[in-house]
Amino acid sequence: MLSIKNLHASIDEKQILKGLNLEVKAGEVHAIMGPNGSGKSTLASILAGRPGYQVTAGTVTYENRNLLEMSPELRAREGIFLAFQYPVEIPGVNNIYLLKAALNAVRKHRGEQELDAMDFLKLVREKMKLVRVREDMMSRAVNEGFSGGEKKRNEVFQMAILEPKLAILDETDSGLDIDALKIVAEGVNSLRSTERSIVLVTHYQRLLNYVVPDHVHVLADGCIIKSGGKDLALKLEAEGYDRIREEAAAA
Amino acid sequence: MSREAVEHYIAEHARIASLDTDWLHSLRQSAISSFRRTGFPDTRQEDWKYTDVRPILKRRFVQAGDTLDTVDTPELTALRFPGLECHDQVFINGVYGKEYSSLGPLPEGVILLSLAEALIRYPQRVKECLERFPGMDENGFNALNTAFLTNGVLLYVPDGVAVETPVHLMFVSNRQQPPQVSHLRNLVLLGHNASLTLIEDYTGQENAEYMTNSVTSICTTQGSALQHYKLQAESLKGYHISTTRIQQERDSKVESCSISLGGGLVRNDLVVSLDGEGAEVSLDGLYIANGRQHVDNHTWIHHHSPHTSSREEYRGVLDGYARAVFNGKVIVHEQAQKVDARQSNDNLLLSDNAEIDTKPELEIHADDVKCSHGATIGQLDENMLFYLRSRAIDEETARSLLIFAFADAVISRISFQPVRERLESTVLGKLPDAGLIRDFVK
Repeated sequence: MLSIKNLHASIDEKQILKGLNLEVKAGEVHAIMGPNGSGKSTLASILAGRPGYQVTAGTVTYENRNLLEMSPELRAREGIFLAFQYPVEIPGVNNIYLLKAALNAVRKHRGEQELDAMDFLKLVREKMKLVRVREDMMSRAVNEGFSGGEKKRNEVFQMAILEPKLAILDETDSGLDIDALKIVAEGVNSLRSTERSIVLVTHYQRLLNYVVPDHVHVLADGCIIKSGGKDLALKLEAEGYDRIREEAAAA
Repeated sequence: MSREAVEHYIAEHARIASLDTDWLHSLRQSAISSFRRTGFPDTRQEDWKYTDVRPILKRRFVQAGDTLDTVDTPELTALRFPGLECHDQVFINGVYGKEYSSLGPLPEGVILLSLAEALIRYPQRVKECLERFPGMDENGFNALNTAFLTNGVLLYVPDGVAVETPVHLMFVSNRQQPPQVSHLRNLVLLGHNASLTLIEDYTGQENAEYMTNSVTSICTTQGSALQHYKLQAESLKGYHISTTRIQQERDSKVESCSISLGGGLVRNDLVVSLDGEGAEVSLDGLYIANGRQHVDNHTWIHHHSPHTSSREEYRGVLDGYARAVFNGKVIVHEQAQKVDARQSNDNLLLSDNAEIDTKPELEIHADDVKCSHGATIGQLDENMLFYLRSRAIDEETARSLLIFAFADAVISRISFQPVRERLESTVLGKLPDAGLIRDFVK
């Protein structure tokens, strides 16, 4: 589904990613862990097409197409979803209408019929239960006045509605208390399927107790320095990033 | 150039002035003398620093004759609110158009007449309204307005009367050779505990060259309530100079909304005087300009009494080579304690060549007050744009949506639904992908 080869990228002439490789197959859940400043969020941003980054070398292929040539909106229509680390407040733009426009843009792109208001509301009601978002959050402006936890839940809610093929969650767990974390994890788990791939970008192992990944990668200084199964996350938690970094350097 | 322009209008005045009653004659004479002395404002004056009226002085606008120009304008039709009953008063090139106007049954004692007719039937009432606003003629445009005082309306609502049906004043200008000027004077007086919704609509035939020079003075006496909408959508070659003066007595409440969408050169002066305890005013404003439009909004809010409050929010969206000026002054006078005044001006610049000169000012002479003011100037937020695009919304639609959302912060506050809906639709119509984003705001 997603193939990243030797990716080098910079922002404001500062090199962040320095030869990153990653293969994600359909149905897999990958966790990318790393210390602050390792390039985790840069990777998530580049995959979603955030302007401002320069890819200086390497390739990113999504479903056998060059992802880097696609606009952010085209990526979204092709099934990529980024859950933002910091969801943006957009005063004056209604949450539910954004979601409807987003869903219909995706459906139209796939050659499917656009949903009418009734069917859309039915879908919304169903998915609201999943991540326990409140009705009044829907009628408000996008993320406006939402608490930190509500914003993250809203991201997962959007993801549940849009049903992406490739979901990238950028530190969706940070800043959540344990109850909110469980809700978010449940939402993510419910979306696991053989056709859908999920990339969890996270600083802590905590989320991985609830969303158990197939693969764990350690990102440090712009490269993946170690990959393994879910046990790698536990080892990281116990021993810290420095230890893994030393091991990788020694190997 | 300025001198010749001044002489032109003095000659026009001499041509027009005739059948005046004594007091009116001396009022006009004194105004034209003031005008002869002051002439037109120039950019050396602080209040006109950013607005150069020389394009107006290059032209020789003439007063429309007494005969009404026939109008076959879709512009006029577009102003009417479908399905809504209003007391409509229509002016074509400044002249009252009786056949286009329609007055529903008015509550007893209410006077709503063209000024020309009111001068004949209710001269004392007109005089009383004029006398409430002394010193107007210090400004050259206002002096000219007084010197040519004939057209406009008199609107008087007696004590305790609520006018349920909105009063809708429509001022339409069309192409004429030579180009014409409308000097309009609207006089509004609300009695104690009276209430009214007033809409002033200004528009012009596409590409018509003309000048509107309007003055509206409003007096809201004790306990009265007014919703006032001034909607300016003149031709892009039209010149629009307006002054609105609002005098508020004790416990009166005014909601004012000033929207500027059209006009080549626009100057709006808005002066509010809160003269009695408990008087409240809200001033909302929106200006959207493109091309080489120039829009200048000057507002003054005088808190003369304690326990008065004002809220002002003006927003602007500028594209192309458009230029806007916002100068908002809040003055809290010495004895006006316990005043609450908030003011803001926010601007969205969509092109590198657009320009805004904004100056919110606070002048406080009392010591126990709550005042705030601020101004912002910015481009569309890149994070918001990316967020929308990452949700499958294409870039152009996302931009339109954010521009609309910015403007709608003002429009959505309009409590009179037909005006709000028309403006939303007009503003949407100016944006690409209007059809798509219309869905978002329903």
